[in-house]
Amino acid sequence: MSENVHPGINLGASHGEAHHGSERTAFGFWIFLMSDLVIFGILFATYVVMRPNLAGGPGPSELYDLKSIAKQTGLLLASSFTFGLVSLSMKYGSRTGAVAFWLVITAALGTGFLYLEIKDFARMAGDGGIPQRSGFLSSLWALVGLHGLHLVAGLAWIGVMLALITARGLSDAVKSRLLLLGLYWHFLDLIWIGIFSVVFLGGMA
Amino acid sequence: MSDPVFGRLDWRVTPFDDFWRNPTANEAVASGAALVVILGAVAVAWFLTSRRLWRPLWRDWLTSADHKKIGIMYVVLAGVMFLRAVAEGFVMRTHQVTALDGGFLSPDHFAQLFSTHGTIMIFFVATPLITGLINFVVPLQIGARDMAFPVMNQVSLGLTAAGAGLVMISLVVGQFGTGGWTMYPPYTGATFSPGPGVDYWIWAIGISGIGSTLSGINFAVTIYKMRAPGVRFLRMPMFTWTALTTAIMMVYAFPPLTVSNAMLALDRYLDFHFFTNDLGGNMMHYANIFWMFGHPEVYIVVLPAYGVFSEISSTFAAKRLYGYNSLVIATLAIAVISFCVWLHHFFTMGQGASVNAAFGIATMIIAVPTGVKVYDWLATLYEGRIRMSVPIIYLTGFFILFVFGGLTGVILANPTLDYQVHNSQFLVAHFHNVLIPGTLFGVFAGIHYWFPKAFGFRLDERLARRAAYLWFAGFCLAFLPLYWLGLMGMPRRAASYENAAFESVMWLTFAGAVIVLAALGTMIWTFVASARNRAALACPIGDPWDGRSLEWATAAPAPEWNFAATPEVEALDPFTIEKAEGEPYQPAECYEDIEVPRNTAMGVVIGGLTGVMGFALVWWMWWLAALALAGVVAAIVARAFVTDTHQRIGADELRQAHRDFLDRVAATEPVNRDLEMTSRNRGRADPEAPA
Repeated sequence: MSENVHPGINLGASHGEAHHGSERTAFGFWIFLMSDLVIFGILFATYVVMRPNLAGGPGPSELYDLKSIAKQTGLLLASSFTFGLVSLSMKYGSRTGAVAFWLVITAALGTGFLYLEIKDFARMAGDGGIPQRSGFLSSLWALVGLHGLHLVAGLAWIGVMLALITARGLSDAVKSRLLLLGLYWHFLDLIWIGIFSVVFLGGMA
Repeated sequence: MSDPVFGRLDWRVTPFDDFWRNPTANEAVASGAALVVILGAVAVAWFLTSRRLWRPLWRDWLTSADHKKIGIMYVVLAGVMFLRAVAEGFVMRTHQVTALDGGFLSPDHFAQLFSTHGTIMIFFVATPLITGLINFVVPLQIGARDMAFPVMNQVSLGLTAAGAGLVMISLVVGQFGTGGWTMYPPYTGATFSPGPGVDYWIWAIGISGIGSTLSGINFAVTIYKMRAPGVRFLRMPMFTWTALTTAIMMVYAFPPLTVSNAMLALDRYLDFHFFTNDLGGNMMHYANIFWMFGHPEVYIVVLPAYGVFSEISSTFAAKRLYGYNSLVIATLAIAVISFCVWLHHFFTMGQGASVNAAFGIATMIIAVPTGVKVYDWLATLYEGRIRMSVPIIYLTGFFILFVFGGLTGVILANPTLDYQVHNSQFLVAHFHNVLIPGTLFGVFAGIHYWFPKAFGFRLDERLARRAAYLWFAGFCLAFLPLYWLGLMGMPRRAASYENAAFESVMWLTFAGAVIVLAALGTMIWTFVASARNRAALACPIGDPWDGRSLEWATAAPAPEWNFAATPEVEALDPFTIEKAEGEPYQPAECYEDIEVPRNTAMGVVIGGLTGVMGFALVWWMWWLAALALAGVVAAIVARAFVTDTHQRIGADELRQAHRDFLDRVAATEPVNRDLEMTSRNRGRADPEAPA
């Protein structure tokens, strides 16, 4: 067995008990993320296949607003950075206050992203870009919408973690769950990079 | 517009209502089936109440997180569903002997029968049987105390049971879909199948598919992270290797099913256009995504059966497994290639010759590692001292029939030939010919082999042999004639036919179906008779077959903690080596306190709520679906706040229990292999000279 019991940050300055304790869960969560990646991969493939099927409805040039997408990308990347600060304040010093503070900031940035995304969707629907209009729009709403749903789940998860931190402080179990939440959050960021490149930049190219 | 409370559900959806208004044979069959479901549920409830078994069922089984009990429950669930699906097969065969220019069932009813038969056999028989075997055996084989995530394991079982429950409810309330087990759109879209049938399929498969994904994650983490010291990858028993491969495949193959299901649901519920005929839908896309799951799935269910055959060939020939490394490589090769062949399920849908050729070649290549495996098993048996026990009878049947089925698979892999016989009875014969002798015989052999480990007594050898021979004969008679029918040009899924030449062959297969029913009856009787005679068949020491791997070193039934002290392993077949050196059953040097998971109702709660959610979605009761989903989320969040999830078992208790067991071993007379089938076999083996 190597020193690295699982991929992810070491929980605690000198590996710590929690690092070993989360060996199974962290590894299992990576596998779960892989299966989730397969889901997103198939939705990407569906989008690429359906991309020409406009059926006379609106296409990317009428629907996409790159300014808003740029703002969303900025917010989400910033939230990934602040989650990095959550992990660092958990690992060095284990200050509950700092961890909770950066979690709240992360959640706020994520909420901002969601607000802009919903606004985009509402505008698209107003322009006749509803998923019932064409195969292209169905695949667009499914791919981007599933990412949005993942974010909603992530925000709920952050809420639960804040409640747990308030109730228990940074116990080993809480640390290990924060590690998983971090993996999840950065994973969503990664998916967004894919969506941003394939759907929005690719659609406008 | 549907009712706000009951959606589209009303009193007219049961088959009884149709029978009342239109008493024909067709409606009588449907009502009879529904009545069987209701009476079966009532009978089970009455039995549990009269024997006062509700509390033990809840305390010792439903809320248990012990991998052995969960494995047994998986197999029981699969057994119940198996009875129904075999009965459906029998009804279809009965219909087909009368189906020259007609038949006594309506075409729609016949279509429901083959759809449920396929759906149940794949998702609620083969998959749970395999999952159950892996659950029961793998932790014991790698020297672990439990699965990596015991509670998630229970939730997986709950989700699978919820899906199975939905399929059962569809017999009584409403109908099932008529699109076959694959439910291809656009036929299954809202335009052509407006009723609740396809929705039953979507939610049953969707819910149980998520359960299988979680099972896959669980098995993979268990095997990667929970092996006892010294159990290196190349010292794992072959069954564990196949379980690991299957777990990896589950993680990658079930998400596509989830996606295709969700897209079909969006098409049907929210009027999306993934697979519709109009507005840019692409129905070919469904076939691609579905078979990205569907083809790996057949290897998911057959690889662990290969693992069982590896175990039994080496145990019952008293020889080391021949070509262990090549078997491992072949297993992994099959897993990889199985993801590269999905297109052979629709050669005739028009993707062009080059694509077809590539996938045809990939499909034929799969025969190579499979052939390697068959030769390895044959070489394992070669010059061994073979006992013709029940598992070896199944293995023999498997050799003959499975190779035959594999060869017809190579025929079908050739696109030019596939154009002639695709979607004919030839194909039906082929996949039954690999799934029954492969998966089913493997699981039957495995159940016979590990049954003593689970319950502490052997199965009656004489009856079990009869069942095995009947399965062999029944299968040959019921399915091999279908090759002939297919070559004569009879299409699959045909509710009636006009060619009189088909009818005589249909009578042959009907006779085969009768023999299969007899085999099933003999099997059930084997369990009942063995349970009644369990005093004579008891083998409490837990090693009735002179086993080779770790699981045989424990008592039967194995204690909750599996091993009193964590075993240390130094080679493959560790238990055989211990017995050969004359030092099995040694007390451990030190015993440590251990933690086992406490009972929890998570599996029942989440399974029950998702089942309610699925039912509500089928019948458009939106408020109930939302409520059930909220309940699932609440249960998961509440679970996060539970701290007291484990109970400690002290070292003293373990030491005492182990000492008692070793005393019982010392007091038991070892039996050699000649007496294996007699009542003198109490589960302590007098080992053969190792080979």
